[in-house]
Amino acid sequence: MAAIRLRDLFAVVMLFGIYSFVSASLFVVLDAVDVAFTEASVGAGVSTVFMLGALALTTSKEKPKSARKTLLPLLAVTITGLALVYGTWDIPAYGDPANPIHHHVVQRFIEDSPREIGIPNIVTSVLASYRGYDTLGETTVVFTAAIGVLLLIGGARRPSSGRDNAG
Amino acid sequence: MQILGHFNYWIFIILMMCGFYMVIASDNLIKKLVGLGIFQTSVFILYISMGKITGGTAPIVIDKAVVYSNPLPHVLILTAIVVGVATTSLGLALVVRIQEAYGTIEADEILAQDRDDSL
Amino acid sequence: MKHYTIPRVVTKLLLPLILLFALYVQFHGDYGPGGGFQAGVIFGAGFILYALIYGLDKARRLMPPQVLRVGVSLGVLIYAGVGLLGLLLGGQYLDYNVLDSHDPAHGQHLGILLVELGVGITVSSVMVTIFYAFAGRGR
Repeated sequence: MAAIRLRDLFAVVMLFGIYSFVSASLFVVLDAVDVAFTEASVGAGVSTVFMLGALALTTSKEKPKSARKTLLPLLAVTITGLALVYGTWDIPAYGDPANPIHHHVVQRFIEDSPREIGIPNIVTSVLASYRGYDTLGETTVVFTAAIGVLLLIGGARRPSSGRDNAG
Repeated sequence: MQILGHFNYWIFIILMMCGFYMVIASDNLIKKLVGLGIFQTSVFILYISMGKITGGTAPIVIDKAVVYSNPLPHVLILTAIVVGVATTSLGLALVVRIQEAYGTIEADEILAQDRDDSL
Repeated sequence: MKHYTIPRVVTKLLLPLILLFALYVQFHGDYGPGGGFQAGVIFGAGFILYALIYGLDKARRLMPPQVLRVGVSLGVLIYAGVGLLGLLLGGQYLDYNVLDSHDPAHGQHLGILLVELGVGITVSSVMVTIFYAFAGRGR
């Protein structure tokens, strides 16, 4: 949580990479090997590189700000956090097989997917077959994001003169 | 036991609030994006921890009869991570453009410049 | 980065392994952890590493942006095309059962393989494209 206090954005980005990696190992502990794989390569690898690239194009120092401005956000965050903690009392406990999340469509996935799809990795079969529309949408989102980045910063830089071309 | 059974939600809430605080309290746009990333990852942790079954194993079918953890949240989060990095890079691209146009990435300085313009 | 010998040599050693590992993740995703998304990211990360160490120009020669732009759309087209193929063969959209007339499970297998390939192509091209955009902007 040093990331909040640090002014040096380079260190913030590095901490974010480390945080991603730690959460990836947490996902392994939680049996989500596919997710951990993705998080380790995406969060700790590629997104850190992108953020560093953006830092190189902007500035790596944050300017200091007054203490008064941090008080109101702190209050808002504390209240929201307490409300959420209050909300957790109604959520079923961690790791209990009787939780409602394990009792709907998932049972069918686990029992029938080896027979219907014929591949052992349930995550893959749900991803690509049962939820094929969803994944098509996600792929399209990634595609659209690339188009957006290309449109925004893909071309050559105009001869910039400060904010005259702010438009 | 009942109290300990909720610790994963509290960790998620603490992380989420850290990210939230970074988003609303810092003026720097890149720091805001990092805050959004922390917020996002905390939600991932919430989903994945919901899918965990005590004594379960990763949802890859093997011949022995074992308890599998819930694969559905894994699928959702798997795609969410990749979409997350794509959208984050889109945000970073916007920040780069803002830096080029305004010469700063501090939200209050940008607002001040806009105010000067409108006068 | 061009003047450091050790990163250059290590990159040369690692790059084929990274790309090979990405392909393994891509096509072994049915049996172990992995799949199109992860493989795409790893594949893209290999090229990003190359660009970081050897400079953008060499990377652009290795993987031209035009090819990447084709790849970005090709992946989505493969995905949607598999869906359409199912439609043409008399099934529903993205219904892989009809891809193999003898055994629906084989059809599912084939469909998933193709779809994951599409995802992998798109994701890897997108990652490298975004990196090129950021890196090319700085100069």
